Amino acid sequence: MYKKNKYTVRSNKQIANLVYEMVLEGDTSYITKPGQFINIEIDKFYLRRPISICTYDESTITIIYKVVGEGTEVLSNLKEGTILDILTGLGNGFDTRRSKERPLLIGGGVGTPPMYGLCKALIKEGKKPVVVLGFNSKSDVFYEKEFKDLGVEVYISTVDGSYGTKGFVTDIIRTLNGYDFYYTCGPMNMLKAVYELIETSGELSLEERMGCGIGACMGCTINTKNGPRRVCYNGPVFKKEELVW
Amino acid sequence: MVDLSVTLSNVKLDNPIIPASGTFGYGMEFKDFYDINILGSFSMKGTTKEERFGNPTPRIAECTAGLINSVGLQNPGIDFVVEKQFPLMKKYFNKPIIANISGFSIDEYKYCAEKVDKEEQVGIIEINISCPNVHNGGMSFGTEAKSAMEVTKAVKSVTTKPVYMKLTPNVTNIVDIAKACEDGGADGISMINTLLGMRIDLKTRKPIIANKMGGFSGPAIFPVALRMVYQVYEAVKIPIIGMGGISTAKDVIEMMLAGATAVEVGSANLKNPYVCKEIIEALPSEMEKYKIDSLKEIIGKAH
Ligand SMILES: Cc1cc2nc3c(=O)[nH]c(=O)nc-3n(C[C@H](O)[C@H](O)[C@H](O)COP(=O)(O)OP(=O)(O)OC[C@H]3O[C@@H](n4cnc5c(N)ncnc54)[C@H](O)[C@@H]3O)c2cc1C
Ligand SMILES: Cc1cc2nc3c(=O)[nH]c(=O)nc-3n(C[C@H](O)[C@H](O)[C@H](O)COP(=O)(O)O)c2cc1C
Ligand code: FES
Repeated sequence: MYKKNKYTVRSNKQIANLVYEMVLEGDTSYITKPGQFINIEIDKFYLRRPISICTYDESTITIIYKVVGEGTEVLSNLKEGTILDILTGLGNGFDTRRSKERPLLIGGGVGTPPMYGLCKALIKEGKKPVVVLGFNSKSDVFYEKEFKDLGVEVYISTVDGSYGTKGFVTDIIRTLNGYDFYYTCGPMNMLKAVYELIETSGELSLEERMGCGIGACMGCTINTKNGPRRVCYNGPVFKKEELVW
Repeated sequence: MVDLSVTLSNVKLDNPIIPASGTFGYGMEFKDFYDINILGSFSMKGTTKEERFGNPTPRIAECTAGLINSVGLQNPGIDFVVEKQFPLMKKYFNKPIIANISGFSIDEYKYCAEKVDKEEQVGIIEINISCPNVHNGGMSFGTEAKSAMEVTKAVKSVTTKPVYMKLTPNVTNIVDIAKACEDGGADGISMINTLLGMRIDLKTRKPIIANKMGGFSGPAIFPVALRMVYQVYEAVKIPIIGMGGISTAKDVIEMMLAGATAVEVGSANLKNPYVCKEIIEALPSEMEKYKIDSLKEIIGKAH
């Protein structure tokens, strides 16, 4: 169930190369699961911008976004106190019940944010998540400390080797064992590599260009083993078993 | 009290606001967020004889004051819609709906029209003739007066409900097509469908839409739609459902002055899912502002 509301920008600060963390204040009662997203109206742009919820509480939502185009550029310049029109409660989110004691959380670049809220939710259920994050370079890395503060194991890879393990998340995952389920969000090529490498079951959060974000336009449809599915409505999180590549 | 009611053929609407086909699904995605029974009616997602996955993604590209879509008529097929979706729809929508159907041959149009004609909930059948005719080199039915008339006649021969032909604006003279539909026995005209457009990604230097081109809609096309409704109103006697970029109560009034009896609101639902509710709520004060007692009275008054 979604809801359109006004939110106030409480903070908006750069946390890595082109990456910003924004805290929004307003109604969060429609958010039910980690991995859901919000759809933000930005002045002068016709379509809203979908961004994952990093974490939330009774009155605030934290998002992390990368400046990749004109809309996110405008977003990065918004000052504290700016009012935004946002749809919340979108998407299905991750199902924390599907994992046992030691779920593996894999985030790639700005696919990392939803892993943070998920990590908190899993810890609350008494689980011990293992977190693997992949970035291009040291200047892109963010939220390492935030994850460590939750008391979980965190492994980081960078493609150029300037921080953590040189290579990809899969290079780290190959050295890990004992996990029983995985959750992941990140660029398509990373998701595919993870999908091919890991044998246990898992959930993957996908991305598509969206028209509405509420399931009305069929703009974001992917083909799955169960037939056509809308990323914004039936997803963005899909079971490993339903995906076709 | 101002009067918002209008009549399309024999179907009386409480107000002229109708969510446009393809932007409102079958109503499911909106029914929990406001009482959709406040709408005049709604036009269901374009449905075809066979189930269709539609086009590959990306299917959506943003534009200034609008968007391009190349959904490609994704739908579960008319049999599924009639058997599964209609009974559900009956539970959450208690007014006549507009059944929007598409086809890739005359026979497909007839098949779908015959099916929806039997459904009690269907008030009007809206025939989307922007689709390519597979038996005629893929040329769209709606781009030639002759084939537009052929579809109209074929559908009329198997139906009893009012048939509205939905016109594509991608033609040299839309008036000719509208007249051909009227001559073929159409009860009304729905116009306009999307304008063919495209966007190119400067970073990849390739079209954004996987299918390269798609249908352009949204506020940017309002003046084009308005002009076409104005022209067609002068040429035909049957009622027109006007659409293209409508986003506010003011736009509704303007479109009705051009000659529309009712309007469909499309893209605006994607940006703001509550837009139809907001327009219906804003209409009375907007009417008072322009000294309109009854919306019926302003139809075509710009002529
Ligand atoms: C469910 C979901 C969750 C997301 N979560 C995050 C997140 O947490 N952090 C983050 O940085 N990014 C996230 N994204 C990607 C983000 O939506 C895009 O980076 C953003 O829309 C780009 O907008 P722009 O105006 O800067 O880019 P432009 O390229 O100028 O945008 C033009 C149009 O394309 C769309 N678009 C461009 N890139 C993407 C993309 N990768 N995915 C979907 N639409 C796109 C825009 O929404 C807009 O409609 C998410 C996308 C989806 C679908
Ligand atoms: C995402 C999308 C899907 C559409 N699908 C259909 C369709 O299935 N059948 C149809 O007749 N028109 C379809 N249309 C066209 C609209 O019904 C409408 O004619 C057009 O978008 C112009 O109105 P607007 O500017 O208010 O959107 C679609 C439009 C959009 C944006
Ligand atoms: S973006 Fe409209 S259905 Fe998903």
